[in-house]
Amino acid sequence: MIKMVTKKYPVVWLQGAGCTGCSVSVLNAVSPRIQNLLLDELVPGRQLNLLFHATIMAGQGEPVIEVLKDTEKDRKGDYILVVEGAIPTAEDGIYGSIGESDGRELTIQKSVEQLGKNALLVIAVGTCATFGGIPAAKPNPTGCKGVKELFDEKVIKTPVVNLPGCPLHPEWFTGTISVILFSGLAAVELDNLNRPKLFYGKLVHENCPRRADFDKSKFAGKLGEEGCLYMLGCKGHYTNADCPLRQWNNGVNWCIRAGSPCLGCVEPEFPDGTSPLYEKISFEDIR
Amino acid sequence: MSKTIKIDPITRIEGHLAIEAVIDAGVVKEARSAGTLFRGFEIILQGRDPRDANRLTQRICGVCPTAHATASAFCLDDAFGLNGKVPENAKLLRNLIFGSNFLQSHILHFYHLAALDYVDAVGAVGKLSPFVPRYEGDYRVSGKANAELVSHYLRALDIRRKCQEMLAIFGGKMPHNVAIVPGGVTEKLDEEKITNFLWRLNEVRQFIDNAYIPDIIAVAKAYDDYFSIGIGCRKVVAYGAFESNSGELFKAGVVGEDLKCEQFAEKNITEDVKHSWYADSTSGKWPGQGETKPEPKKNKGYSFLKSPRYKGQVCELGPLARMVCNYVQADTKTKGLIDPLLGQFNAKPDVLFSVLGRHAARALEAKLVADTMVEWLQKLKPGEPTIVNKEVPEQAEGVGLTEAPRGALGHWMSIKDRKIARYQVITPTAWNASPKDDKEQSGPIEQAITGTKIKDEANPFEIVRIVRAFDPCLACSVHLLDAKGNESGLLRVV
Repeated sequence: MIKMVTKKYPVVWLQGAGCTGCSVSVLNAVSPRIQNLLLDELVPGRQLNLLFHATIMAGQGEPVIEVLKDTEKDRKGDYILVVEGAIPTAEDGIYGSIGESDGRELTIQKSVEQLGKNALLVIAVGTCATFGGIPAAKPNPTGCKGVKELFDEKVIKTPVVNLPGCPLHPEWFTGTISVILFSGLAAVELDNLNRPKLFYGKLVHENCPRRADFDKSKFAGKLGEEGCLYMLGCKGHYTNADCPLRQWNNGVNWCIRAGSPCLGCVEPEFPDGTSPLYEKISFEDIR
Repeated sequence: MSKTIKIDPITRIEGHLAIEAVIDAGVVKEARSAGTLFRGFEIILQGRDPRDANRLTQRICGVCPTAHATASAFCLDDAFGLNGKVPENAKLLRNLIFGSNFLQSHILHFYHLAALDYVDAVGAVGKLSPFVPRYEGDYRVSGKANAELVSHYLRALDIRRKCQEMLAIFGGKMPHNVAIVPGGVTEKLDEEKITNFLWRLNEVRQFIDNAYIPDIIAVAKAYDDYFSIGIGCRKVVAYGAFESNSGELFKAGVVGEDLKCEQFAEKNITEDVKHSWYADSTSGKWPGQGETKPEPKKNKGYSFLKSPRYKGQVCELGPLARMVCNYVQADTKTKGLIDPLLGQFNAKPDVLFSVLGRHAARALEAKLVADTMVEWLQKLKPGEPTIVNKEVPEQAEGVGLTEAPRGALGHWMSIKDRKIARYQVITPTAWNASPKDDKEQSGPIEQAITGTKIKDEANPFEIVRIVRAFDPCLACSVHLLDAKGNESGLLRVV
């Protein structure tokens, strides 16, 4: 019998100006579980090979920085770069570094540019990495940007898939990886903000279980009341995500079911454009 | 001839941290810790709707967001005049949501952040990424015992996920719950949710009893020299947490080397900035009047972490601090957990001030929280209110104190014209990883590393074991800027 050779996709996961919440969210994946993502063939004959992730890898210090250098050099055009967190660009990226390289601080900006240039593709996870998110909120003290904006400025042509969310849903990550491993990057259908339509193709409002309340003008006037949360600042009218169908944490709950308005966390306007979070949106907010 | 070891990045912690140690004749003479990321949350919060702080501050940290949700909700309760008016159901639900975060954080910390310093993953699964590269040498557990620890590493991934599911049952989602708000909790209560929560909790409790605590004891037996490594400053502070009508699970207090408890008062907290990159004029302030005025080129600075102190003294926070505070105040449940452990090692309470003491305190605390959560669940009253609503006041001040998994956490805010005028956060890692203060006293992690004998300078296990035992969370330490541009200190200039 011929033994099939497993094709391994090297993965480098960099953390910028963020909170590690997207990594923690991916740890919450149910099917496949994180163990499968790390150790098993995710789809027949194909698996990920996580070379670098600061929160879970065994090593530290110089040897792990060597891993980054070796990957960039030896696996050129072959590895997937995952970026979590925004990229601080003020004062040449001085506000964030991921380690020391050759006696100098290796800034987040420099490592995202270098590794990004030579990657097969970049997956930006979470709203910080995609659109800047909270670190880029006014007055944006550290000049934070999302990956795509940085790449456009630096004329880096590597394809970028945006998976926003604060944090992103684990299945938005595992699902996107599945499409890529099964059918290739070309099969990932993206919207005009580089988000896969598979997950970000419908408004929260369209599938909201409180939609009937909205249609009957039955509105909650205070937190904790029954009814549509529109008056309490719900951003479901212009937020593109499948939360109402998919739900969160193994399907046990999600924001609106728990009586809280949608914060619009997958949209580029989050948080400045969706604030105040508990104030009713105006007609102009709905694009 | 002294030699400097720099470990950058320190991995398997939350966030970006570098450690530098000067070693002379195999012993650490001086140590400095420095965060390498600054986001400026307090600056971003200014001018926003006060209620939004409750959602936004959670994004300080994705590992313990519920700690910030809780502290900011307390801070807003205080500012909105809701102290004493929050329904008992809401207090219990907040405790259950937050307790779930404690359990996930402690289990994640031991198995997925710390354990690879003691457990030989390569010996069990082979030379696979992300288990290589790593420090080589001092792995003392092998064979079947090691394989079992590695299997618990994998099982713990499922258990910590179930803690997040528990949290989401009442909290909406995790990371970054939506249900904890000023005045209570938005989620409604019913019997089905309680049962759904309870059976996940029971599975987690079984894991704590049958894997987590026995694994800590197995590691402690193999590495018993770590009961005398990483001693630190021997002074602890807890603000107290998990309040309900039956009292607080964690008592507040200040305990020194003599193991006597002094009453804690929030007004005794100040932040020094002599060695931090902030204007000297802001040094020594109580956080309610604190300012964040960066001066990245200040000569004496080597970190943008300020140095929080209690009555000017260096203090450690965290599970060790909480267990010690409860223990010396004769808390029956805590004594029932600590005494048998000490008995097993024929040791006195002062061995808790060590690398292994910190791990043991964390594991026993996980059991204390998990078991108490069952009592809180039983006190819930379905159908009764979970929230009381209140408008944003024109002008107000608020303080919110609680205990994050990593130690005591405080939020301070001022509201003017219904907007945030000032927001200050002091995190446990800000205390534990603080630089020297105005009196030249090193921070707790720096003190714990100083004086340590390093067996193998190419694989300095001692340093990373000491640092990780504190469970640092750098994203939480909001004042942090990277320690560059410093001309007088150890850390390099870009």
